[in-house]
Formats: sequence, C-alpha cells, structure tokens
Amino acid sequence: MAVADFQTVIGLEVHAQLLTRTKIFCGCSTAFGGEPNTHVCPVCLGLPGVLPSLNRRVVEMAVRTGLALGCAVRPKSVWARKNYFYPDLPKGYQISQYELPICEGGEVPLTLDGVERTVRLVRIHMEEDAGKNVHDVSADGSSGVDLNRAGVPLLEIVSQPDLRSADEAVEYLKSLRAIVMALGVNDGNMQEGSLRCDANVSVMRRGASEYGTRCEIKNMNSFRFLRQAIEYEVRRQVELVESGGRVEQETRLFDPDRGETRSMRSKEEAHDYRYFPEPDLPPVIVEPALVERLRAELPELPRARAARYQSALGLSAYDAGNLVADAAVAGFFDAALAAYGEGAEAAKKVANWLTGEVARLANETGEAAASWKLTPQKLAAVLRLVDAGTIGGPGAKQVVEEVFRTGAEPEAVVKAKGLAQVSDAGALEAAVDKILAANPAEVEKHRSGKKDLTGFFVGQVMKETKGKANPAVVNALLRKKLGA
Amino acid sequence: MTAPTQDLVRLGLREAGDAVGARRVSSRALVDAALARIEATDAKVGAFLAVTPERARAAADAADARAAAGARRSPIDGVPLALKDIFLTKGVPTTAGSRILEGYLPPYDATVVERLEAAGAVVVGKLNMDEFAMGSSNENSAYKPCHNPWDLSRTPGGSSGGSAAAVAARQVPGALGTDTGGSIREPAAFCGVVGVKPTYGRVSRYGVIAFASSLDQVGPLARSVGDAAVLLRTVAGHDPRDMTSSTRPVDDYLATLEGGAKGLRVGVPREWLEGGGVDPGVAGAVRSALDAYERLGARLVEISLPHSKYGIGAYYLIAPAEASSNLARYDGVRFGLRAKDARGLKEMYSESRERGFGPEPKRRIMLGTYALSAGYYDAYYLRAQKVRTLIRRDFDAAFERCDVIAGPVTPSVAFRLGERTDDPLKMYLADIFTITCNLAALPGLSVPCGLEAGSGLPVGLQLLGRPFDEATLFRAARALERELPALPAPPGV
Repeated sequence: MAVADFQTVIGLEVHAQLLTRTKIFCGCSTAFGGEPNTHVCPVCLGLPGVLPSLNRRVVEMAVRTGLALGCAVRPKSVWARKNYFYPDLPKGYQISQYELPICEGGEVPLTLDGVERTVRLVRIHMEEDAGKNVHDVSADGSSGVDLNRAGVPLLEIVSQPDLRSADEAVEYLKSLRAIVMALGVNDGNMQEGSLRCDANVSVMRRGASEYGTRCEIKNMNSFRFLRQAIEYEVRRQVELVESGGRVEQETRLFDPDRGETRSMRSKEEAHDYRYFPEPDLPPVIVEPALVERLRAELPELPRARAARYQSALGLSAYDAGNLVADAAVAGFFDAALAAYGEGAEAAKKVANWLTGEVARLANETGEAAASWKLTPQKLAAVLRLVDAGTIGGPGAKQVVEEVFRTGAEPEAVVKAKGLAQVSDAGALEAAVDKILAANPAEVEKHRSGKKDLTGFFVGQVMKETKGKANPAVVNALLRKKLGA
Repeated sequence: MTAPTQDLVRLGLREAGDAVGARRVSSRALVDAALARIEATDAKVGAFLAVTPERARAAADAADARAAAGARRSPIDGVPLALKDIFLTKGVPTTAGSRILEGYLPPYDATVVERLEAAGAVVVGKLNMDEFAMGSSNENSAYKPCHNPWDLSRTPGGSSGGSAAAVAARQVPGALGTDTGGSIREPAAFCGVVGVKPTYGRVSRYGVIAFASSLDQVGPLARSVGDAAVLLRTVAGHDPRDMTSSTRPVDDYLATLEGGAKGLRVGVPREWLEGGGVDPGVAGAVRSALDAYERLGARLVEISLPHSKYGIGAYYLIAPAEASSNLARYDGVRFGLRAKDARGLKEMYSESRERGFGPEPKRRIMLGTYALSAGYYDAYYLRAQKVRTLIRRDFDAAFERCDVIAGPVTPSVAFRLGERTDDPLKMYLADIFTITCNLAALPGLSVPCGLEAGSGLPVGLQLLGRPFDEATLFRAARALERELPALPAPPGV
C-alpha cells in the first residue's frame, strides 16, 4: 500500500462553546448537564412569536479570539439563517453567520517535531448550538429532545486546508485549544463537547497540482479520535484511488467504537441550507474602541508564555509546552512558584510536580485545574516540607495525593498519616546496623570498592523504616559505618 | 351607570376611557356591552375566533376598582379591545388562523399585550385573520370566513380582517392587527375604519407570530384617527426583546393631532392614479379627499415613485422567503399539530405540515424555499432586496418635496367573498398600493374618505410618511376626518 505516494490535505472546522453565563439569544443558563429541558425558555425552545436578543459577551469573545489569532475583525458583520429540519433544531433554522462573518483570516501557530509553522484561518463566525436528540427514552423506543444546549453560543473556527497529516491536525487542535482556554473563551472540554471539530480530508498524488475530492468527517471529540478518524479516512481514500475508484464528496461520521468513518450523506443528499440574512437581528457593529479595549486586555498567549518559561525560568521546551497547554495549569504554576520561591531550581521543582504527579491525578479524576482542591499555596507548602526535610519524596507524593483528593492542609496530612521523616541519627542507627548485619556479603563487596552498593543499603534502610528515614541522614550514617 | 348597550358600543376608545375615568360608565358595563354585541352580531360577521368573557369581566372589575380608587393606569384603563389572533396571549388559545396551532396555549404574552394590560385595557377576545397573515380577504382563515359589516357578502379584507370588521361592527372600539404588505390598511379601507401600519421598528414584534420578519409591523385599528393614535402610543416604543425595535422616543401624537393641514405638502404619486387599474369610484373618492386637502390649505405636489411597479414582485419574493423559514418551526415536534400516526421522523414532519397548513401558506413556503435555493438566491432574493433599496430611494427623494404622500389604499372597494379565491395573482394585486410602504419600512395610514358612488362601500385614503413621522400622518388624517362628513354606521349589522 502506497499511502506514502499520496499527500494528505486536511482542513478543520472547530466548534468552541463560549464561556458565557447565559445563552446567545436569551437569558437561559449555559451550564452543562442538568435535567433535560430545564435550561430553556420560549426563545431557545423556538416557540411561536419569539425573537432573538443578542448577548453582547458573545461578540466580545469572538473579537477577542479573532485578535489573538491575528484575524481581521469586521466592523459590521451579519447574522444569517441556516435552514434545515432536525428535531434538535427548534426553529428549523440555526442563527449563524454566512457571507459576512465577524472575523476573517488569521492563523494558528503550531510546533511539530520541533518545527514551528502556522496554519492559516479562513474565518471565525458566531452561531448558536443545537440541542441533543436522546434515543430510546421510553419503553416504546421513542426518542426525546433535550434543548438545554440549544442556544449555547459557539465560535466556528475554520482553517484553510493547510494541514498535511493527522499529527499536524492534532497539534493544530491542541494549539488552538490552548489559545481559546488562555483567552478564557472556552473550557477546552472535548469530552463534554464544548470543543469539537469536523475535518475535511482529501488525498492527492504527490506532485499533483489539484486537491483530491474531500470528505467531511464529523463527530470527533478527542485528540485520539481525530487522529484515528483521519488516519482511517486517508487509508480508505488511498485504497479507493489505488484500486481505480474515485472518492465521492460526502459527509462521513466517525464511529469511535470501530475506529472507522462511514458515509452519512452523499453530495446529492446534502442539505441546501438556503442561507439568507437574519431579519430579526441587526448587523453586529464592532466599534474601533471596543477592538482596542479588547486588544489591550489580551492575556499572554500560550506560545509566548512557553517561551518565557524557557528563557526566564530555564524550563525545557517539553515542560513549558505541557504547562501552557492549559491556561489554568499555567496559572497554577505561576501562583505556586510565587508562593514557593524563585529561580530555575524552584521552577523546575514546581513544574515537575505539575507535569508529573499532579497531572496524573488530574487525568485520573478528570478534575479541571480551576476546580482542584490542591491550591498553589498547598503545593508550595508540600515543597517546603520536603526542603525542610520534614518529609521525603515518597511521603510528599502521598501528601500531594491526599491534598488533591481532599483539600486537607499538607501539615495536617503529614501528621495524620505519620509521614514525617525520621532524621534523628540515633533513631536510625539501629536500622542501619540491622541492614549491615543482615547483608555481610554486600558489605564486603562495598569495602572492596563496589561503592554503588550504597544505594542498595539506603533502599534497604528505607524499606526497614517504611520510607520514613531521611535519606540524607541514612547516607551519612552509612558513610561513617562503611568508611567513605 | 346603565346606558343601553347600543349607546355604549358606539363610544370610541377615548370616549369610553373618559367615561370610565369620570365614573359615568363602568368598565364592566362597557365590557358587558361589547360581549353582548359580539354575541348578537358575530354569527353574521365572524370576526372572533375566541371570546374570553370571564377574563374580560375580571379585568373590567379590576379596572373599575382602580377607577374608584383614583389609581387609573391610563386614559384607556377599562376599555374593551380585541387582538388579531397573531398576538400570543398567555393561557388563551392563539392560532394565527391556522389548524397547525389549533388549541395552542402560549406560555407568555406578547410585549404589546403586556403593554395594553399595563395600560388597563381589557382584551375581550382574539380576532379572525388569514392563516399566518397571508391573504387580503380573510378567506384564508382555516376556521371560518369573516364578513364585511357594510355588506355581509363581501370580504372585510385581510389579513387583519377580523380586526377591521370587529371595529366597524361596533363590537370593540379598537383592535390590534399586523401589516406585512397592507394587512391593516386594506381591511381598514374595506371596512371604513382607521388603520395604521407604523414605521418598521416602532412597535415590538416580540410575541407576534412571524410571517415576514423584515416587513411585519403591529398597528392599531379604530373608528377615529385620535383613537388609533392613542392605541399606537400605548403599544409603541423600544423593547429589548426585539432588537429590530427602535430606541427613538414615541411622539405625543395627540399633542399635534389637531394641528390641521395648512401648509402641508401632500405628495401625489403620478403612477398611482394615472397608471389605471383603480376603479373610478375609488379614484373619485381619493380625488375629492385631495381636493379637501387643498381647501384646508395644503399644497398638492406631484411626485414620482418609478420603482413602485416592481413592489409586488419584490414583495412576493422577500415575504415568502422569510415565511418559508419562519414557518419551519411548525414541525410537530414541540407544539401544535402533530401527525401522531406517522411512522418515522420524515413522515411526521411532512404529514404534520401537510395537515396543519392550508393552501396559501403552502404556496408561499414553496415560493420562498425556491427563491432561497442554491443557484436561485442571487436571481430572486438578492435582486428583490436591491429593488427594495431602489423603492426606498424613491421615497427618500419624494419626501424631500413633500411631507406626506397620499393615494388610494386599494384599487377597488371590498370585493365579494369567493370572487378572487381561484386567482391568487389577482388577490395579490389588492396590495399593489400598500406593499411599497412595508418594503421601505415607512409608516402608512388608512383613513376613510367617503363612500363609493353606487356600491355605497367605504373607500380609504392612504397616507404615507417619513420614517417615525407617525405624528404628521395622524395630523393630516385628522384634518381630513374633520373636513369630510362622518361615515354612517355600516348597514350590514
């Protein structure tokens, strides 16, 4: 199979739910979850007679995103109706933007295999989300519609077909995710669907001058699924072309259970959305003063922040990249470092904890950084306990885990769990003596020059003391007993 | 406090309000008289789709209590009114004249309904109309025809036919309607009452079932110019729930109402009377109204509206296009008629809409869907929007030379029921003089200007004004109203 003979061409359409408190055209809550149809009102239910009333925060967030991505912001953009029938679409049309979107152009930076590049954007527009069909809600197998999500504001961010591999598409999405999170416009939660994307994928023989026919793939709500879907789709298209077939333009759905894409509707079945300007909403006017205010308020973006972490704090590109992928984590890092100390060494320690143990716990619990019970102050306190010799590495791990899960004070955890190190030489001498007595052969080898056995003795002593021995004190005792 | 019913129902909106305020008449008596009048006449007229006596009497008693306590909410506190069945009324059936909303109970009140109630007006019922406001004769009502009180064999006009008929038949002193292409002014002219289509954005559309969103506007119908002005002022003004509603303050129409026509420049479009197509009896009545203006010291100015001939064409692309989208929500999923026996989603959609919509909405949904389709959008919808711009410019130019524009409301007086139902195109032409006003978002008013010789049916004079200059329209219409003899009571009821 000659996938290598083909060039993959990908463009992504990313939908990002905006972190407004209320919906785009009514005052209903945007909170995720909730009993079906509890965050609804006549407006988002699309009842007769209702009219949309624009939430200005949506415009501000769209402009803010556009400015961060270097887009041109239209002083006057226009709402449009996208017409189609579906039970989760209450009005029978989605209010979106079509010919005159709020932002055009712009780019997203990404780094792949150490190489930096940018992916060009076509546009960013604002629109309302649809509800959700829920199948088999009752014994007769009927379906229901939950409209809690209907009217939640979305940005659709459309890239040029600039992406050339699944890896690159994933990096693009990661970079974009970090940016929208840093801007505070999106929570980056792909599992709950607040960030999701469709991919337009085509293949062309290397050296060909025209793009192949593209397929649009829908329903990928994780980086892994995005990669799987693209890889599957590329293989499918290459096989099709290689075997003399032709790629048909169509919409395909990714099935995460099978790791496959399958046809959803052909070009012939494609909707004619009959877009036209939304007569119920005046054009969106963005005054230059608003643009300037929002520009001045832009936070440090992930890429700049990562660069600063490397140059000012001496972090590795890898650590810096990990920290800035989630603005809340980076914020945590800054606060913990401020609470703990200064300089490269301190930064490295805080970064290690955050990208190691804390990241593991966050992953395991699915807890977003904003809602961690572990605070920057508490992490700094754990580090100080380590520095003071009160606890050792293994103890610190236990403390961090306990604090992460319960929010308890680190000192209290140390006490409650009896994790304080034993640093008293007198108290440790017995254990050292016991280990040396139990391992005469190793002692002999050590004496005859095999100095790396010191680690073995330390380990044994730690085991003997259930990890509470202060390794520095144990080392000193061993040196004394075995001779330097 | 016990005047005979026939006297009470003759009272105009302000007279009735003043009588309640002076405690000469109770609101309860007015409401009871209106209900009795409806009971006695509506079998013949067919103006009402729903009457709400209990609610109305309770509201009347509350208004009387306020009057007794010296706490009236407005000069029309306690006055009975009725609403075209296109306004959502909380807990009161609202159908838009369509089977697809049969039995629908809205969970909220339209902004204009809230404003009427805040002013203490008493809503006695919901009025007949063409289905989804699509029609010029009220014959597209899915429920029953409505008859013209001047001649029960004739239509009251449409789509606000019930509103005009109810006011003309003395069932209520005032009503609200909506006007998308003439739907207030045409029935007002046919029934010999005053009807106003305000500037687009003057009145909130929130809670008004949409037909064509960029053209729809709410307006009053009443038996005098001043009553219409009071009713408009009650409901007009900015509403944050309608982003197309204007933040401009509402003028005090009554303050300038009696200002007369002296010095007024009345523009007469060359195309409207000369172009032919206007029945001689209508042209004659309009001409005599223009003569009256000259007598009153106004100056007639010939103007030209060269693009108005494209109005019907543009309108029948834009309005159906918007309607095709606005009517998509009637899908059987959340409310209204659902074909319960349908198998599968697509069949549920198509069967619900097949059974729920009458022929005219279906026709317009088809037209509009076609006009917006890929490949046709530029040729139809976009081109129609360009025509709209040209029409607006015609008016801008004309209003540099005149203060109001005057002409016929319709080419003919009220036609007979059934006369045009087989010919939609002929029906559409009833709107030929009213449509450009909606396309240009201007205020327009229909005021009676006499009876057609021979038929004895009322003729309306249409006055158009500058955007948000309803005050001048009211003043001009009032001058004519004072000058011309009052119409007799309609002989049909």
